[in-house]
Amino acid sequence: MSDKPKIAIYWCSSCGGCEEAIVDLNEAILDVVDAVDIVFWPVAMDFKYDDVRNLEDGELLASFINGGIRLSEQEEIVKLLRKKSQLVFAFGSCAVMGGVPGLANMTNREGVFTRVYKEIESNDNPENIVPQTEFKLDGKYDLELPEFYDSVYPLDQIIPVDYYIPGCAPSPETITDAFTAILKGELPEKGSVLSPTKSLCDTCPRKDTKPDKIEIERFVEPQHYDKLDDGRCFLEAGIICMGPATRGGCGERCINANMPCRGCYGPPNDVKDQGVRMMSALASLIKTDEEEEIPKVIETLPDLIGPLYMYGLPSSILFRKNIK
Amino acid sequence: MTETRFEPNIIAFVCNWCSYGGADIAGSMRLKYPSNIKLIRVMCSGRVDPEFIMEAFRSGADGVMVLGCHPKDCHYIEGNYKALKRYSMLKPLLDQFNIEQDRLYLDWVSASEGEKFARVSREMNERITKLGPLNWKKAVGPIRSAEVSS
Repeated sequence: MSDKPKIAIYWCSSCGGCEEAIVDLNEAILDVVDAVDIVFWPVAMDFKYDDVRNLEDGELLASFINGGIRLSEQEEIVKLLRKKSQLVFAFGSCAVMGGVPGLANMTNREGVFTRVYKEIESNDNPENIVPQTEFKLDGKYDLELPEFYDSVYPLDQIIPVDYYIPGCAPSPETITDAFTAILKGELPEKGSVLSPTKSLCDTCPRKDTKPDKIEIERFVEPQHYDKLDDGRCFLEAGIICMGPATRGGCGERCINANMPCRGCYGPPNDVKDQGVRMMSALASLIKTDEEEEIPKVIETLPDLIGPLYMYGLPSSILFRKNIK
Repeated sequence: MTETRFEPNIIAFVCNWCSYGGADIAGSMRLKYPSNIKLIRVMCSGRVDPEFIMEAFRSGADGVMVLGCHPKDCHYIEGNYKALKRYSMLKPLLDQFNIEQDRLYLDWVSASEGEKFARVSREMNERITKLGPLNWKKAVGPIRSAEVSS
């Protein structure tokens, strides 16, 4: 084997979009492959866990891990990768904050299993079988499955993470900037998020249409609004756009497609809880000062956790819904 | 077996200009209010970031009060209106996390309303005692962190 630095790419509770984002680097990926050896990437190439176990501690320059942690297998492998890697990168919204699968923290294992294995209309499961960690087949074969946790965890609640690459999925620019910084040895201090610190509003192509004072009389969900393409600030129309509480650097892909920001790049540096910070901003934009009128405006929003914590529920202050 | 009475942990954010004065007067008037209400003085009820309230619940508070100046009395003109709007939205949000809405309470207490301060404190204490402990960390299971698991 060559003496190029070795890297690993692993997925946990995620959709595969992050791997897709790496492939989407197009010809730039050739530069990456020129510069490093990929020694573990289960989605794209054939490796076994033992290939990683057989490495020396710290032999990998870097591991890029996407997805949140929800299975014991994922916990085991990311702990192994941590041991073998000099640097660990949380790659994509799910690893950074829990991501969309993290909304499962609104229920628990039982809730997920009931819905997925028993209730879903297209299921054919008359014996109501749900996954178990151990099972004896034909009385003689011991079968094992990883344990399914009650909650989804962002990567840094399981292992120490050196750098964060946000995005669902990270934009090609974010990824190339990160790879360039690694290869040139120009990484910022550990713990940094590898994306600009300013909020998305700062670079929003619609920012010039934002009035000096936004006054919301009622909230509107984007699917019920027929002027998404008028080029005006979404918040002005009462649509939840996470821009004020979201870090920029994504290339404003959603805005350019006439959709409000959903917050996938996570909060700027000084914000601890993206959802409640956005809630705070939205609340202070409500026009009326009348004590009886304010709740009527808020009632026009049927759901708060969905839009406010689409990507960040497991990394929020409260972490999950309390299931009694 | 002796039964230990549940004494709730209540955090009260009080504004510097009105409600803290109200608490002060309550003291000078020797009014009684529950000793398990912990006051945190802030410059304005509008300074109470909802993050503080969530942090309080996560850290073990059973109830949180925000007390500010009466409408139109805010030292900073509209801080209490901002507090009111955030509070009105935070309540349904906390409800989705399964935190009972009664655990969060907002009211206006002026610097002369020692009686009112003592009364809302007593009432808050009664409400939370009735609801029982929140115990967020235990309720949601151990919140893991890299320091703990490695």
